[in-house]
Amino acid sequence: MEKKWQEMSAEEKREARFATLLSAEGVHFQSPEAEASFKANVKRLKDVIQLKKPDRVPVLILGTFVQAHLYGVTPFECMYQYEKLISAHRKFLQDYKPDLFSSPAFAGSGKILDILGYKQYKWPGHGISEKAGYQYVEGEYMLTEEYQALIDDPSDFWLRIYLPRIFTALEPMAQIAPFPNLWEIVGVSGQMIPFGIPPVQNALKALMEAGNEAMAWIQNIVAFQMEAKGMGFLNTAGGAAKAPFDILADTLRGTRAMMIDMYRQPGVVLRALERLTPLYIKQGASMATFSGNPVVFIPLHKGADGFMSDEQFKKFYWPTLKALILGLVAEGCVPFLFCEGSFNTRLEYLTELPRGSCFWIFDRTDMTNAKKLLGNTICIGGNVPSGLILTGTAEQVKAYCKNLIDVVGKDGGYIISFGTSMDEGKPDTIHAMIDFTKEYGVYK
Amino acid sequence: MAKDLVSALADLKEKEALKIVEDRLGGGEDPLKILDDARRAVEIVGKRFADGEYFIPDLVYSGEILKRITDIIKPKLAKASEVKRRGKVVIGTVAGDIHDIGKDIVVFMLDVSGFEVFDLGIDVPSQKFVDTIKETGSKVVGLSGFLTLAFQSMKDTVEAIRKAGLRNEVKIMIGGGQIDDQVRSFTGADAYGKDAMAAVELTRGWLRG
Repeated sequence: MEKKWQEMSAEEKREARFATLLSAEGVHFQSPEAEASFKANVKRLKDVIQLKKPDRVPVLILGTFVQAHLYGVTPFECMYQYEKLISAHRKFLQDYKPDLFSSPAFAGSGKILDILGYKQYKWPGHGISEKAGYQYVEGEYMLTEEYQALIDDPSDFWLRIYLPRIFTALEPMAQIAPFPNLWEIVGVSGQMIPFGIPPVQNALKALMEAGNEAMAWIQNIVAFQMEAKGMGFLNTAGGAAKAPFDILADTLRGTRAMMIDMYRQPGVVLRALERLTPLYIKQGASMATFSGNPVVFIPLHKGADGFMSDEQFKKFYWPTLKALILGLVAEGCVPFLFCEGSFNTRLEYLTELPRGSCFWIFDRTDMTNAKKLLGNTICIGGNVPSGLILTGTAEQVKAYCKNLIDVVGKDGGYIISFGTSMDEGKPDTIHAMIDFTKEYGVYK
Repeated sequence: MAKDLVSALADLKEKEALKIVEDRLGGGEDPLKILDDARRAVEIVGKRFADGEYFIPDLVYSGEILKRITDIIKPKLAKASEVKRRGKVVIGTVAGDIHDIGKDIVVFMLDVSGFEVFDLGIDVPSQKFVDTIKETGSKVVGLSGFLTLAFQSMKDTVEAIRKAGLRNEVKIMIGGGQIDDQVRSFTGADAYGKDAMAAVELTRGWLRG
């Protein structure tokens, strides 16, 4: 008899998730070769993560707008004309044939942002050029005195404080009552009162309109992801989560305020971090379940070298990031940590992670040292510089990749990838990275 | 409690530093002297950052404490004090890019290192750099950018400076998350700095000669 999910070990859960991925339910493979290629991609990813020598170095293409850029499609078009976005991604897979691709979902929908009046970013055609990728607007989206509200009830904080602040159209949501107020007959009637207020009703209409747009968007995205599988390619991630510290430092408090909070109110920061951790384990695991892909993408920001001291990393950043990783691993997921900047001073911490449980894509980190320290613990990847891709030659790229494959790729445990999620590209250098690795990166 | 504002601020003891400022003002001391101590303290912060003892949050926090101290002292100053500066630097995040955290750290470090900094902000058109170089006579230009689109904007800015006939008048440094020597060569800048200290060292070197 099949074991119930709750009774399964982390390893059994992971095996079950990989089996689901491999089964490719509902996928129409375009050819027997495409099916074989998809299965080989799954096996290659699984092997490399688990530190078993794969057949060759896997090729991951990490990109937000690069796929579109290569075909003259602007970031604005990606965010507003989904068919153009999808068409570029399709052509990209046909022409470049990476093993692992980034979903077009990374572009997001500008139409949804327009409907909601999103204030936390500027996006193409909305505060910045149509040719530029979206960019974060630094700010305090959670005020210093709101920590307790967040800790008491994060969902209530999100619903009644955060959403009204970051979306113009949802400002009236501040007027609704906390949902735990709803209890029994009188509670039900009372709870409904704010929903009779015209501005609140307008906010709900905006949500419905955004929801309709989201359905149009996701249909395009999911259809493409199925098609891409049918072509033999593997979507790099099935879900996403964030380090609790980055939720505070990027999403809520902003970089500067968060840095100061570490000195002025360390206790409340630590309580908030602990409060947030299980929420993101749930997010990553539930998305992985929904998508049928165990890999959970976790972009790391404010824990990079220089962004805090070792003492602060040990106290504020690492404990809840580690808990997030272990929580996801316990759910059978494979965390994919994406480290822009450099992580040289943090590498020792990574040796605390279970062997073969996750993979880390680095940007500026010293890869030789990372291999030396982490080679027996976790799979690493990345480090092909954006500058080289965009301003270098194919020969330079090949030489760079050769060194990475020779040194970091020795005996497996390495995925070739850009160090950053690219917005732009150059055909010759990207082809060089992919084609050279496929040829030279074969393990004998 | 230490009486020394310089060490309290340099050690990032906010409450202690503010208390000393209040006490010294209450004791009738010249506000300029207090402000001078605060400046010396922030110089020490900069030095500790350069030595790898302090990190970005320490800089940000010291800046925050300094701001509080300045807010207390400013109303009591007869006129703004003039500090002798070691040279002028024009800096900004290049066109198309709105990121400023890295740039602000460089501005802070150049400022505490004694340079007069003309901070043009974010998404700065190349012409604005050209105009400011002309207006201020700055000999050093810093171009910041976080996104890869900044590579081209930096190249365009260097080119605009050249077209304005100013290329031999200034040294140009670039920096940002994705910048390396490969990108420097693409843009035609004189140097790239991997962090704020590198920017200070480059500026020192150029303005000395």
